[in-house]
Amino acid sequence: MELYKLTATELSNMLRNKECSSVEITKSVIDRITNVENKVNAYITVTNELAIEQAKSVDEKLAKGNKLSPLAGIPVGIKDNICTKDVLTTCASKILYNFVPPYNATVYNRLLDNDVVLTGKLNLDEFAMGSSCENSYFKKTSNPHNLEYVPGGSSGGSAAAVAAGEAILTLGSDTGGSIRLPAAYCGVVGLKPTYGSVSRYGLVAFASSLDQIGPFARSINDTAMIYSAICGADKMDATSAKREYPNFVANLNTNIKGLRIGLPKEYFAEGVSEEVKQNVMEAAKLLEQNGAVLVPVSLPSTDYALSAYYIISSAEASSNLARFDGVKYGYRTENYNNLIEMYENTRSEGFGDEVKRRILLGTFVLSSGYYDAYYKRAKLLQKQILNEFNETFEQCDVLLTPTGTDTAFKIGEKSNDPIKMYANDICTVTVNIAGLPAISIPCGKAKNGLPIGMQFIGPKFSEQSLFNVSKKYEDLVGGFNDVPTL
Amino acid sequence: MEYELVVGLEVHAELSTQSKIYCSCKNEFGREVNTHCCPVCTGMPGTLPTLNEKVIEYAVLMGHALNCNIHQVCKQDRKNYFYPDLPKAYQISQFDIPLCETGYVDVLVDGEQKRIGITRIHIEEDAGKLLHNENFAGSLVDFNRCGVPLIEIVSEPDIRSAKEAKAYLDTIKSILQYLNISDCKMEEGSIRCDVNVSVMPKGSNKFGTRCEMKNVNTFSGAVRAIEYEAKRQIELIEAGGTIVQETRKWDDAKGESIPLRSKEDAHDYRYFPEPDLLTIVLEDEYVENLKKSLPELPNAKHIRYVKSYELSQKDTGLLVENIEKAKLFEDCIALNKCSPKIICNWILGDISKYLNETNKTISDTNITAEKLTELLAIIEKGDISNASGKIVFEEMIATEKMPKDIVKEKGLIQISDESELEKVVQNIIDNNQKSIEDYNNGKTNALGFLVGQCMKATKGQGNPAKMKEILLKLIG
Repeated sequence: MELYKLTATELSNMLRNKECSSVEITKSVIDRITNVENKVNAYITVTNELAIEQAKSVDEKLAKGNKLSPLAGIPVGIKDNICTKDVLTTCASKILYNFVPPYNATVYNRLLDNDVVLTGKLNLDEFAMGSSCENSYFKKTSNPHNLEYVPGGSSGGSAAAVAAGEAILTLGSDTGGSIRLPAAYCGVVGLKPTYGSVSRYGLVAFASSLDQIGPFARSINDTAMIYSAICGADKMDATSAKREYPNFVANLNTNIKGLRIGLPKEYFAEGVSEEVKQNVMEAAKLLEQNGAVLVPVSLPSTDYALSAYYIISSAEASSNLARFDGVKYGYRTENYNNLIEMYENTRSEGFGDEVKRRILLGTFVLSSGYYDAYYKRAKLLQKQILNEFNETFEQCDVLLTPTGTDTAFKIGEKSNDPIKMYANDICTVTVNIAGLPAISIPCGKAKNGLPIGMQFIGPKFSEQSLFNVSKKYEDLVGGFNDVPTL
Repeated sequence: MEYELVVGLEVHAELSTQSKIYCSCKNEFGREVNTHCCPVCTGMPGTLPTLNEKVIEYAVLMGHALNCNIHQVCKQDRKNYFYPDLPKAYQISQFDIPLCETGYVDVLVDGEQKRIGITRIHIEEDAGKLLHNENFAGSLVDFNRCGVPLIEIVSEPDIRSAKEAKAYLDTIKSILQYLNISDCKMEEGSIRCDVNVSVMPKGSNKFGTRCEMKNVNTFSGAVRAIEYEAKRQIELIEAGGTIVQETRKWDDAKGESIPLRSKEDAHDYRYFPEPDLLTIVLEDEYVENLKKSLPELPNAKHIRYVKSYELSQKDTGLLVENIEKAKLFEDCIALNKCSPKIICNWILGDISKYLNETNKTISDTNITAEKLTELLAIIEKGDISNASGKIVFEEMIATEKMPKDIVKEKGLIQISDESELEKVVQNIIDNNQKSIEDYNNGKTNALGFLVGQCMKATKGQGNPAKMKEILLKLIG
């Protein structure tokens, strides 16, 4: 049996019923990686030996009759901007090409507490900046549904690995749509949790006030399962919310009778392809037929969200990335005569174009004389966007929008046009600006055979509602799990 | 033309919290390089700061002590710049909303009270330290100091002389010590300052262009830096030049300052709110309770001492400046066995001398109020001489013995019995006729010699005042 094609929920049951072992599952995933990785290029680092070791340990614990987490023994891949002790963590950048963290990110510690098996570290756009996974120093990841197409970004490796069966579950990070967009392009589920619900400790920061770690999976049940494991207050992250979280799997409830689904008109405006609009509207109708109420709503500040997003995220990035100076770790130029030259050459040679572009933009908007004109206004806009969302959530329970404006584009198609590339984030960035949770789930395929994604957005800490409505849709369409032949 | 000096000071004080400001590493000076650091304080990729609440407590205490307004809602900001000892390439500090603002402190200059305004007090993290090794082509970095909590106390430009600056610095230091929030050890760099100096024609109300001198590491250095800079600026103006606003580096060894950077190439720190930390929100009760917990501060103590104990301004100043000395003084007073005057004299005299010589603080010694007052009471009663008192004191600090026991053991009880002393004096007179003649011929210092001989004959136990009295009576 091709175990790698199954969901974590299915595998977890099989493990408990002794129908297979964790080592068998892990070997199935490793074999799959061996067979298709040269086509997909999802991984920067594969940790086969560690994976087998961890799987063996799970099997031993199960044999002893230990009560383990439902995630125990499940192969999980992690985006390569999340620190894993003693395992290379590069952020897909030359500047960190040799960086081995001396500590674990909180999310990885929590996964280890749940006895998962680590398959390796996944490719991304350098420092999570990008929408196509083409901006990696190491490799370009392909979309498993069509290898000539991008998987979306920046968590392209994480989305592609789950879609291709190269991992059962993965973690990514989402600063402006970096989980949801690749989830939509690759036809999998991607959750951007409420800001503060998952610890950022150990996530190499892109934009601290917007970044959030979240999971990829091939079912809602799987998504809820891994989210339950990673969420929760962390004393190492001052911005993590001090609150209790339910078991999201046990609380799944697919009764959507009376659920008010808001359809914000700005997300269905020009710029979004007709095919995508149509698919999302069909999904909305299907939910309406099953008891939901569709509510037309408006979020007028959406038009400015992209500008605010690029100002805030680049400002924070310019500061967060300043530590990569060649002094303590990572790449250091060989070509310098003094300290300033060392900094300059290290950073010139170590960072890619997209990262440099954003550092320059961020440095500019924070510089004296421009701060008020850009950064301060972007922060005001942020407040306005949050207020609009809050008002909208008085009219409806969740919002439904397309995730991307279109299906995945071809590798190389937009890489020379940063503005065009930035426009891909238009449906996703508002959520990060407002700190809200959102989930992207598959909603059919386009005529070109590529997946289309739609996104549910909810008020802060409404993840359970997002899982519930998504699960209803998943049940109605007969599941999302669709591992392509490669 | 006569000039007036205008000085503003920025004092950086390291707070003596147990752990660092944004992580749980020990806040301890003098350990082997790079042993007190973790991924957080060295700014490893992915790490996040979490605020040590003790730092807020200490800074608010200082704010209260300097009569500041406390911003109960404030934030922390990033100050961005590249330097090898600054591992994140930004320092977490406070920019537009400091924790404490607009206060003042009264300092004593030549016995006169002078009020100096406090602009602000903010919290921030310290950077690491560069070690310049001659045997190595380049510099090495010690990150132990990274994340040590600092408060920066910024004064208004109210200081008008180097003497006032010194008085201000001494006062700030002693307040920090009274609050027990900084050990103020200059040799360990736990208190440092930047000095802003300008000059203007006397009587003017328009400040001249100022220059800032960075990292003055001692208070005496601050005084020298101010004097040097004032002289430099006046000479420049007199020679027809103009002062340019610049940052200068004070070289204490050479006793001069050199330009570091001008206004034109000043840093653009690109401050913005630190997104990894939450807004600081302080409850009314918390702030009030800290205010109530303030100890009596040096200035108040000073006024009270002068009023209650009739001590001189100078002696009071010396007593109050050092919290341990003030405490010992008050503990002795409380025991009510001897006069404030003798306690003060001994603390500022023999005890201070001993502490200076041994480089100790009172708490390093076994000097207690009980022992000290017992000794001083014996002296005051005239049971032993002041000279014997010194012997007892030495024995007292060298051993665990009580003064009374030492006096008994060493047989130091002073002989005050007149008939006994008369015999001694008569004997000395009989054997020193030459000196008697000298004295009678007007050589008054012969008297000292004779008293000395009497003391010698009594092995130091004779009451010198009484013996002198008897001597004069017998030869007069």
